[in-house]
Amino acid sequence: MSTVSESIFTPATAERFDKLVTIYPVPRSALVPMLLYAQDDLGYVSDAAVAEIAHRLNLLELDVRNVLSYYSMLRTKPAGKFNIQVCTNISCMIVGGYDILSHCQKRLGIGHKGVTADGEFSLEEVECIGACCWAPAMQVNYDFHDNLTVEKVDSILDDYAAGRGQDVK
Amino acid sequence: MPDVTFTVDGQTLTAPAGTLLIDACKASGIQIPAFCYYPGLSLQAACRMCVVRIEKAPKLQTACTTPVAEGMVVYSETPEIAQARKSTLELLLGNHPLDCPVCDAGGQCELQDMTFKYGAASSFYAEPKNHREEQKWSPTVYFDRPRCILCYRCIRMCGEGMDVYALGIQNRGSSAVIAPNIPATQSEDGLAHLDCEECGMCIDVCPVGALTSDTYRYKTRPWEMNHVATVCTHCGDGCKTTLGVRATTDGSEIVRGDNRDKSGINGDFLCNKGRYGFDFANREDRITEPMLKQPDGTFKTVTWDEALLFTGTRLKDIRDTRGGKTIGVIGGNRLTNEEAYLLQKFARSVLGTNNIDHHRTADFVTLAAALRDHRDRFASQHDNETAKAILLIGGDPTNQAPLTAWNLRTNVRLNRAKLYVANHAHIKLHRQAKSFLEIAPYGYGAIAAYLSGDDGAASSAATDIEKLAHFRDALKAEPELLILVGSELRAGDLRALIAYGLTLPNTKFALIGDYVNAHGAADMGLLPDLLPGYAPVVADHDYTAEYGEHFPTEPGLNLLQIFDAAQTGDLAALYIVNANPVARFSIDPATLANTFIVIHEMFLTETARLADVIFPAANLYEKSGSVVNSYGDLQLVKKAADRAGVRTDLELLVRVADRMGAEIRKLVPFGKRASTGLRADLGQTRGVQSGEADRHAVWLTANNLEPKLSPFDPFAVLDEIQRLVPGYDLLRLQLLSGNDQHLAPQAPADLIQIDETRRDLVLPADDTLFTSGTLGRYSPKLVELQLKYAHEPVGIPAD
Amino acid sequence: MPTLVSHPDEVKVISRRFGQGAAQLDRYLELDGYKAAQMAIDNGPQWVIDTMKASGLRGRGGAGFPTGLKWSFVPKVSEKPKYVLVNGDESEPGTCKDHVIFLHDPHAVIEGTLIAGLAIGAKTGFIYLRGEYRYLLKIVEKAVADCYAKGILGKNIFGREGVDFDIITQTGAGAYEVGEESALMESLEGKRGVPRIKPPFPAVVGLYGGPTVINNAETIASAPHILLMGGEAYAKLGSERNGGTRLFGISGMVERPGVYELPMGYSMKKAIYDVAGGVKGGKKLKAVVPGGSSCPVLLPDELEVGLDFDQMAKAGTMLGSGGIVVLDETVSIVEFALRTIKFYQHESCGWCIPCREGTDWIKKSMQRFYDGGGSTKDISNMQYLAENMLGRTFCPLGDAAAMPMIAFFKKFRPEFEAYLEGKRTAKHFITTDELVGVAH
Ligand SMILES: Cc1cc2nc3c(=O)[nH]c(=O)nc-3n(C[C@H](O)[C@H](O)[C@H](O)COP(=O)(O)O)c2cc1C
Ligand code: SF4
Ligand code: FES
Repeated sequence: MSTVSESIFTPATAERFDKLVTIYPVPRSALVPMLLYAQDDLGYVSDAAVAEIAHRLNLLELDVRNVLSYYSMLRTKPAGKFNIQVCTNISCMIVGGYDILSHCQKRLGIGHKGVTADGEFSLEEVECIGACCWAPAMQVNYDFHDNLTVEKVDSILDDYAAGRGQDVK
Repeated sequence: MPDVTFTVDGQTLTAPAGTLLIDACKASGIQIPAFCYYPGLSLQAACRMCVVRIEKAPKLQTACTTPVAEGMVVYSETPEIAQARKSTLELLLGNHPLDCPVCDAGGQCELQDMTFKYGAASSFYAEPKNHREEQKWSPTVYFDRPRCILCYRCIRMCGEGMDVYALGIQNRGSSAVIAPNIPATQSEDGLAHLDCEECGMCIDVCPVGALTSDTYRYKTRPWEMNHVATVCTHCGDGCKTTLGVRATTDGSEIVRGDNRDKSGINGDFLCNKGRYGFDFANREDRITEPMLKQPDGTFKTVTWDEALLFTGTRLKDIRDTRGGKTIGVIGGNRLTNEEAYLLQKFARSVLGTNNIDHHRTADFVTLAAALRDHRDRFASQHDNETAKAILLIGGDPTNQAPLTAWNLRTNVRLNRAKLYVANHAHIKLHRQAKSFLEIAPYGYGAIAAYLSGDDGAASSAATDIEKLAHFRDALKAEPELLILVGSELRAGDLRALIAYGLTLPNTKFALIGDYVNAHGAADMGLLPDLLPGYAPVVADHDYTAEYGEHFPTEPGLNLLQIFDAAQTGDLAALYIVNANPVARFSIDPATLANTFIVIHEMFLTETARLADVIFPAANLYEKSGSVVNSYGDLQLVKKAADRAGVRTDLELLVRVADRMGAEIRKLVPFGKRASTGLRADLGQTRGVQSGEADRHAVWLTANNLEPKLSPFDPFAVLDEIQRLVPGYDLLRLQLLSGNDQHLAPQAPADLIQIDETRRDLVLPADDTLFTSGTLGRYSPKLVELQLKYAHEPVGIPAD
Repeated sequence: MPTLVSHPDEVKVISRRFGQGAAQLDRYLELDGYKAAQMAIDNGPQWVIDTMKASGLRGRGGAGFPTGLKWSFVPKVSEKPKYVLVNGDESEPGTCKDHVIFLHDPHAVIEGTLIAGLAIGAKTGFIYLRGEYRYLLKIVEKAVADCYAKGILGKNIFGREGVDFDIITQTGAGAYEVGEESALMESLEGKRGVPRIKPPFPAVVGLYGGPTVINNAETIASAPHILLMGGEAYAKLGSERNGGTRLFGISGMVERPGVYELPMGYSMKKAIYDVAGGVKGGKKLKAVVPGGSSCPVLLPDELEVGLDFDQMAKAGTMLGSGGIVVLDETVSIVEFALRTIKFYQHESCGWCIPCREGTDWIKKSMQRFYDGGGSTKDISNMQYLAENMLGRTFCPLGDAAAMPMIAFFKKFRPEFEAYLEGKRTAKHFITTDELVGVAH
């Protein structure tokens, strides 16, 4: 049982938060991970999530927002169920990163930070994701996909659309 | 810290080790530019304007973060440094609107000044600037994002300085933006807002025009105003506020209040009342003509002559037929010392009554008596900045005395002063407290007794007895202690607490009173039984000789007794100067049905409505004189604004006295020609016997002062105060220079003014951040803020 | 899943256990795992620090600070707890070496953390991975849990009375600047990832105000190997003042991109042409970004240089994070420069003016230049901006943005000028902002 009654998070996440605030020398250290896990849980960091996290860490909501808005992986609006993050940074760019990105744009009919009408997919152009030697690369949620080709992207997206995608979160 | 020696631009300087280079340079007249550095706030090193060359360092270094070190060799202005600063300015101006002529900060902008100095005016960006709409964050604060240079001063001021934490920083990189604590998604109008103490300190420290105040923005240009530094009329802290005034068709109006040169007792600080609470003075509905109550109960405006003649005749008649004893006098807490003094003198020497009082908000009488033989134990506001340890017992400075709270916070933050808070409520300052003791309900008397050693009082003093014991032990161990006392402690309890405090080494004391000159009102003898300087009416003293034939020798009625007398029909007349006792003390208007009431007022208050005569009065921003804050720090009040039709209380008193046939030269020692009051001392007397020589002239000569030429000159009254009132041994030069000076009144030691058999005369104002007695109700801005904050600001801990 | 590569010139020290299932604790123990940690307990902190000093190991995070020396700066006695902080934020474009370590040999990082803790007297270590590495965090988390289960972490580890050590793992949430050591500490304390004023340095006042050793994940993972083989033996593998080996990620237009472990001082040219198989499809080499995107670009005739910190510095660039990006003749430097500054503009934390505004203005001007609205004056203006950022920012991110840009403008000025004349020699990748939308 969570220490916060009526937590807005799933019981598993709430329980994880109960623990997170205890493991660090200061509870506030749990903030960044909590924001990520909250986002995993809700699809984005909602105002309610900000409020609960602030409450759990005895912080001002403003403090939480200051931190939340700093990190580029955190969002305050829902993304698609599968968030496609295509790296276009230097190593990827020169071996076709933008081809991958524009292919995704065409196929999904959305641009940077767009979400498909059915809410299944969203798309982001992202900075280097640490897969330079296996470029071009992208992440779908937390999963890495590398050595991409347009065909490979199609089959990956097909998999996710068909519910065959897995998510490490 | 030992001094170190170093050189800057070839000049050999010394400064205590650990001093920041930027401060050490400033102290020696070498100005290093800085946007983000602000003394007393945490270091930022973000603007990079303060870069200097330090020998042996590979890169330019920031003077704002570098402590001076022995043998350090520094260059503060080289071509390399100038280029660095210039390019930084160029970058800033890239996105900064270059509309200085219409910017609110134009003429008082640090960015403008720097650009002028480093010649970074040419903008070589072809890119369009990012325009954003200005945002109204609160009734007082506007934010103009493109002007913001992200120096973080406002954020640090709000958090570290004010302990409010209402401003944050969001996003990053070039999207980084200062953000208020209520996000757009959570406000009713879909716009971001501030929920805070509205102190305006963020605006004050903003080096550019990004944060501006609602009251002042786009009203005028800074150079089109006259700037008058005077004392804020609101609380008892006595901050210096600089009023920007501008001529209007019927006088001059105040367009801005701020802390312009930071030279006041308040240093960097000013709260929302000092900054915005001047607007009552500009109200259209001020009384600007004398008014007489008509038989049908309405008021009719009349000429000055008519009003004065009517008043003078009636009062003289009442005095002569029913006696001075049937006249009551109530003075305000926002009069100058000179006015308060003159009011009681007028009452005693012209009206012939000792029935005189004011709304007391703290027991200054007991304090003065208890410290009679310890005049060095009266604390000054400045002691809050430096005291090593402070006991705050009762009171809530955050609300009542914001400067006191600021000084305590700053002292704790920068000097690690130890703050002990004992209160029945969890006042906000408990956050700075090393130790917080919760006092039991009505336990202030018990805690005073307990501290004095009466262990039997423990259980009624606090709920946590163990903590109580620790608290007492900790206080005992302090080598020096400043004791700040709220109005909860009075009379015997206060005396007991002070007696206890005097057993500790190096203690000083102050009471937290309310209103700008509540302390002065007491010092100046707006009291039925005490004359100026707390001299008992019945005793033998100089006043007897000075105050003339009408001066009664019996103590008079206090404020509550005055209204009792009205009830029984024994109060023929009541003279009220800028006070609203009817509202404050919930007086039934019917009580006063048969009393002739004269009042000096700005507005038709509850009390004014009952008056027979209303004289349009000036407020503290429209007059000159002196006031003392709760700590007894004396300061100069300077006339800033002007409103056609109104008169100062000083002038009104003189004119009424004149119409009563009083001899004005006796009331106010003015003029050179010897007729009655002021005569040359021919050397045959030593000024002991009244009438034989002019004591005042002797005193003036002895003090190298000239007689004042006008009966309306407050300095004529100040001369008399200084001559007669014990403890008012002030320095003119200090006063006139706008500096504060600490006074310690002398009172007879055995005086307990409020004893158990009498009703308690102390009624705290209970003002909050956004209220200020009756006056506050007439400030549109304060009213707007009160309405907004029907609850406490959202400030909770942030580490 | 990243593919493992191999080349005969490799000297496998840190990559010794890659591909052998060492993420499983049992397997790791079979491969000499946690022996070094026990040696450290047996021989004491001074021995560890001496060995690390002797190894000549220099920080693999980019700056190349001698690791043994860094550890020795931590005060022996401290009122506040001391900490070890492993920097696994790996965000420098072109760098993916820590990725491979966390994937294949997480216990090496854990053991290294433990060793560093023993050396400085810390009882807690933190392993901080970049937010994108969630799947690697899971691997590390499991490895840490296995260690607790086996008594390798926690109280009285290896059954030694009074030897305690805890490890806390977490990820960031997307911010390059958080790789900077003090910004990492801020982030770990639950704050915005902005750097701190130095001094004081982390070794004296670091995480939660306590003395802190912060090292790159690869640096830390090298420690067990160094203790096992001896400092001198490790040092000998490398070049002068650059001990040992390091992981180089060779990416871009080469035949066999991948992460290779090469001795320090190994020839850059050989790394590209022999180890990575040369430029893909036999195309001509145009330029090499030698150590992550912040390192000034090298021209083909500048590749006769040994891959160590000192030789690279002499060549006017940096070894950086060991991410070598190879550009062939088809790459447009204009476009490459735009993508580079876009990254730094996006990642500037915004704290200080020169970096926040400088990266933004260069990016805006570059974008306009790229979109066809440029002029010759722009090239000088952008170079002026970059030169005026250099050395004047709060933290080295400003330099990291300025240095490569200055090199592009200086070394490829003719290409920028030709671009203005419509001579766009190379293939263009970047779709304009309207199409892609700018990452805000
Ligand atoms: C902007 C910036 C980003 C950095 N990013 C990383 C990083 O992702 N990983 C890393 O190990 N070091 C990074 N560093 C270097 C660290 O500040 C620090 O020097 C390093 O972690 C020290 O470890 P080492 O001595 O083992 O190299 C970065 C530095 C800067 C200025
Ligand atoms: S150089 Fe300045 S703005 Fe840039 S990342 Fe460092 S501190 Fe932030
Ligand atoms: S004043 Fe030093 S960097 Fe701003």
